[in-house]
Amino acid sequence: MSNVTSENTAVPRSPVVEMRGISIGFPGVKALDGVDFRMFPGEVHSLMGENGAGKSTLIKALTGVYGIDAGTITLSGAQVSFSGPAQAQAAGISTVYQEVNLLPNLSVAENIMLGREPRRFGGIGWRAMRRRSAELLAGLGLDVDPGSLLGDHSLAVQQLIAIARAIDVNAKVLILDEPTSSLDADEVAELFRVIRSLRDQDVAILFVSHFLDQVYEICDRLTVLRNGTLVGEYLVEELLRIDLVQKMIGKELTTLDDLEQRAHAVVVDESDAATFVSASKLGRRGAINPADLPIAAGEVVGLAGLLGSGRTEFARLLGGIDRADTGELTIRGETVRLRTPRQAIARRIAFSSENRRDEGIVGDLTVRDNIVLALQADRGWFRPIPKKKQDELAQSYIQALNIRPGNPDALVRNLSGGNQQKVLLARWLAIAPRLLILDEPTRGIDIGAKAEIQKLVFNLAENGMSVLFISAELEEVLRLSHRVVVLRDRHVVADLENDGLTVDSLLTLIADGRVASDDEALAEIEPTPTTQGGTR
Amino acid sequence: MSGLAKVVSHRLFWPIVMLLVLFAINLVAFPGFFTITVRDGQLFGSLIDILRNGAPTLIIAVGMTLVIATRGIDLSVGAVAAISGAVACSIILGSPEPGNLATVAVAVAVALLISLVLGVWNGFLVAVLGIQPIIATLILMTAGRGVAMLITEGQILTVNSPPFKFLGSGFWFGVPVAVVIAAVVFGIAALVTRRTALGMLIESVGINPEASRQAGLRARGLLFAVYTFCALCAAIAGLILTANTAAADANNTGLFIELDAILAVVIGGTSLAGGRYTLFGTLVGALVIQTLVTTVYTVGIPPIATMVFKAAVVTIVCLLQSPTTAASISGFRRRLAARAGKGLAAS
Amino acid sequence: MTELLDAPRRTDGRTPRPPHGPAGTGGRRPGWSGSSGSALARFGSAALGLLTSPKYGPVTVTAVLFVAVFVVGGIRYRGFFSGQVFLNLFVDNAYLIVLAVGMTFVILTGGIDLSVGAVVALSGMIAASLLQTGWSPAVVIPLILVLTSVLGLLVGLMIHVFKVQPFIATLAAMFLARGLCYVISQSSISIVEPTFVQLAVSRIPLGGGLSVTPSVIIALAVVALAVWVLHATRFGRTVYAIGGGEQSGLLMGLPVARTKVLVYVISGFCSGLAGVLFTFYTLSGYPLTAVGTELDAIAAVVIGGTLLTGGYGFVLGSVLGVLVLGVIQTIITFEGTLSSWWTKIFIGALLLVFIILQKVLTSRRR
Repeated sequence: MSNVTSENTAVPRSPVVEMRGISIGFPGVKALDGVDFRMFPGEVHSLMGENGAGKSTLIKALTGVYGIDAGTITLSGAQVSFSGPAQAQAAGISTVYQEVNLLPNLSVAENIMLGREPRRFGGIGWRAMRRRSAELLAGLGLDVDPGSLLGDHSLAVQQLIAIARAIDVNAKVLILDEPTSSLDADEVAELFRVIRSLRDQDVAILFVSHFLDQVYEICDRLTVLRNGTLVGEYLVEELLRIDLVQKMIGKELTTLDDLEQRAHAVVVDESDAATFVSASKLGRRGAINPADLPIAAGEVVGLAGLLGSGRTEFARLLGGIDRADTGELTIRGETVRLRTPRQAIARRIAFSSENRRDEGIVGDLTVRDNIVLALQADRGWFRPIPKKKQDELAQSYIQALNIRPGNPDALVRNLSGGNQQKVLLARWLAIAPRLLILDEPTRGIDIGAKAEIQKLVFNLAENGMSVLFISAELEEVLRLSHRVVVLRDRHVVADLENDGLTVDSLLTLIADGRVASDDEALAEIEPTPTTQGGTR
Repeated sequence: MSGLAKVVSHRLFWPIVMLLVLFAINLVAFPGFFTITVRDGQLFGSLIDILRNGAPTLIIAVGMTLVIATRGIDLSVGAVAAISGAVACSIILGSPEPGNLATVAVAVAVALLISLVLGVWNGFLVAVLGIQPIIATLILMTAGRGVAMLITEGQILTVNSPPFKFLGSGFWFGVPVAVVIAAVVFGIAALVTRRTALGMLIESVGINPEASRQAGLRARGLLFAVYTFCALCAAIAGLILTANTAAADANNTGLFIELDAILAVVIGGTSLAGGRYTLFGTLVGALVIQTLVTTVYTVGIPPIATMVFKAAVVTIVCLLQSPTTAASISGFRRRLAARAGKGLAAS
Repeated sequence: MTELLDAPRRTDGRTPRPPHGPAGTGGRRPGWSGSSGSALARFGSAALGLLTSPKYGPVTVTAVLFVAVFVVGGIRYRGFFSGQVFLNLFVDNAYLIVLAVGMTFVILTGGIDLSVGAVVALSGMIAASLLQTGWSPAVVIPLILVLTSVLGLLVGLMIHVFKVQPFIATLAAMFLARGLCYVISQSSISIVEPTFVQLAVSRIPLGGGLSVTPSVIIALAVVALAVWVLHATRFGRTVYAIGGGEQSGLLMGLPVARTKVLVYVISGFCSGLAGVLFTFYTLSGYPLTAVGTELDAIAAVVIGGTLLTGGYGFVLGSVLGVLVLGVIQTIITFEGTLSSWWTKIFIGALLLVFIILQKVLTSRRR
């Protein structure tokens, strides 16, 4: 399994978990490349990183879900190799996943005890099972009837029940993967109380969360990953938020020379560029707090923020993918509530999802079919686009976007990620959108395709199309956008002209929700739901 | 990739091989298998019999193909076939002139209309209420035969109506009418789905429903369309089956035909997981099934035991399509390649 | 009714909470929330809680339905309200009860078994043909149970190892079993073997002129065993766990793979046993017998409150489902003017009602 021998590290307390030189590859991707990671008992540790950083892969390597290609895992000083989650759990590594992996159709007691239930007369000892789970729940300070159905409880309670299950196996290591993403403030406080009491019992806790405030509140130490590699391990109290965000997002190493000229805010003159679309108080519970966003014709608006900040969620409301439960959209003076993507497309708003595989491409159809799909859906099935016209469309986009292979009959699933992305762009451009929403269009594609897509966005805006551009890479956002909207913890915290903005000033906003004090010329917005977006 | 490998990897390769093998077995057992004779201006022969007897299955399988392409299934086709036969026969019986062409036309029209209602019903359960297709159509599968019996009042309705009988056993320019009808249904389905955008949209919904939704497709309308069309196909098949025996038997008309139709689709290479479909494959599949039945007969096995052979075919096809099989084959190939690579390195 | 059921009972006597959980849903039910002091309101909200729970809702409806239909029958027809009419529900449907038990296991995991009707016919054919050639029932019956269990095992392996959809794998088994029936014989074989006939015709008196057949005792024994297995063993709870979320079950370290295969073995075994009981009832084997019985079994399970998507349901609910089907049949017999095909239409309508009920209950939860 490995050729790296474990060494003794000279730290005051010996780590309970030590992973060294972990590498994991999937077909076409290196998910983890030589990552080191360690956790100490009685400590809350956080694992930080953006999409594709390798957080969940590392967790799955530790919990035995994935095998590792290289490296060693040491648990309490002994080298281990798990072939499945059950083994990891038996060794004392328990995980509570983001989506509660419990069974809503069974009782609370069963959810805590099944798999190691007490036996009686060859069957399950129900009474012992209830008693034991009641003890565990009481230990966590939870007043829950063990006989009740799990599905009858709120998600927060289910989460705590999952923790009760996890610690019953005498866990040395407890992994909490985004446990707070669906909890309200009181529930988070309850969870933190439980986490602290477990920490005091010398359990090592890995706490993964998108919420910086929570990380800073509960964690002692954190490890940052980026693009499958280790950035570093830090004590939370010694790391400024802005430094953390910078380490997570990173600086793009390659500069794209041919796009040196930056889009300037002055391009759009407010008087003659009519606002094409304007969101007012648009929001959805649990996804994004109500926010305003006007977008002018020919304007590129960048959405900046960490994963989970609400950047994707907001864009989905604009594209009609999810239904907003508050607020409305005004499109060229007409007030509408989008209920389906179809309605958005009819108004020439196109949304290109970040989830290319599940929400973008139709893998078993050809490049040509994928390109004409949205246009054809808009026309209806009985008004087919003539074969010749389809070929022309496909050919022209294949050439314009340099799609490889240039064969319109190739199945899209056989294309590389970058080319799939270009096919999707072609699909949306084919409907001649007035507003194009691009959610992470350059993620996971090679540098050449990336430059081409950036150039394309630039050109589209020059020709009067509005673009809403989402990217985790701030350089990219700054390079392309006329305006940048910053989101943090599901609130819009700033709406700024891209005039003298720097990566550092954006980082400050993302990290703290306000600009540094010497920079007050730009904005001073608090993360409250009602006052955002007012600086324009 | 060599030309041969390309042919072998085509998804219609194995179904066609299967069909050819069956033909060969027949030819050995019965040398006159391919002989087609013309008697009284009408075509006769084993191949013609296969086509004629396979026509109802093919017609239903065409509708089923489109349903399966949307990730669905329609179990109610047998019951719908029984209902349409029952409706037609009871109208013909109730009319003073059962032999009149107009009577038969009305009977057929009413039967087809009722099937449209049944199809819309299935579509409603699947598209609007969001019930799993297998469950939704199970309801009509159960209740449908009861409805058919209600119409026939539990009797086997025997009709004496030459125009109606013509549908099942007549000839049109020497070709059995059932075959002509099947060809027309097949042709219309192929033309409509491939000449309009319907086929592509159906496949898109079957392959990736969420991506299709985001691209602005309305899956609901498509689902209504395919379930309604499938019910219509079932009704046409039911009329042919009923006309063939000139009797509506609510219990036995179209019994197990849903299974034959699904089998034809699966053998033809359309995956039950939905997505890309091939009507031509379904045609081959239907022919394989009917030829299998004929073969069992010519070889001298009791025809009734064909079900054992069908079971074998279903099992083999499913195992061939299984991801486990694909994984173990590719694993085997990789080991072979690795060994070859090592051998190369050593030499 | 619910205390008969085979799931962990609430110890505190509380009613299930409304499906949205404790937080923030009080306002969803105006009318009940404000009047917490009134006993009527409390009873009302308790009843509503029972009805809206996916676990207890459908089976409660079924229980009420059964009682209602039985009462209506008693009022309308003379002689309907007799103990023997009630017992005959079991006598006539003993085989269906056993089938429904096996089907309950399969459906609880989210699967389906279409082969049961054909396997019933096949075991009848095997029994009739082997008894005809002079085999002893003491050999024939265990042999049938082993064979049908092996068939179930093959189906289970096909589903689990080769990832074939349950619907298609059991369809293949159905073809195979029906085909084998015809291979054995194309016509009916009657059974004259004395022990077998003795088993079939004997009645067990219950006093007061009431009696049941040995089949009923066997069926009830199977039900009792199934209740215990599903309620009190790790295997049983794993069956529920697979229906509730296979992935979660795996992460909990439950034996998911083995259980998924075993439910089809159980269904195969139950089909074999049901075939034997059915043969007691008909004293013959006939290849075209029990066509469509799989639909009756599925309907009984669904009407009995088991969710077709798996995870929720009880064996005793399925028994109740069989009784509902049986009492409808009985009413149609008593009515005289209603023809037998109404049974199918009623079953279809009930199926529709319960499937929509399930849909409503499960979609409200999310």
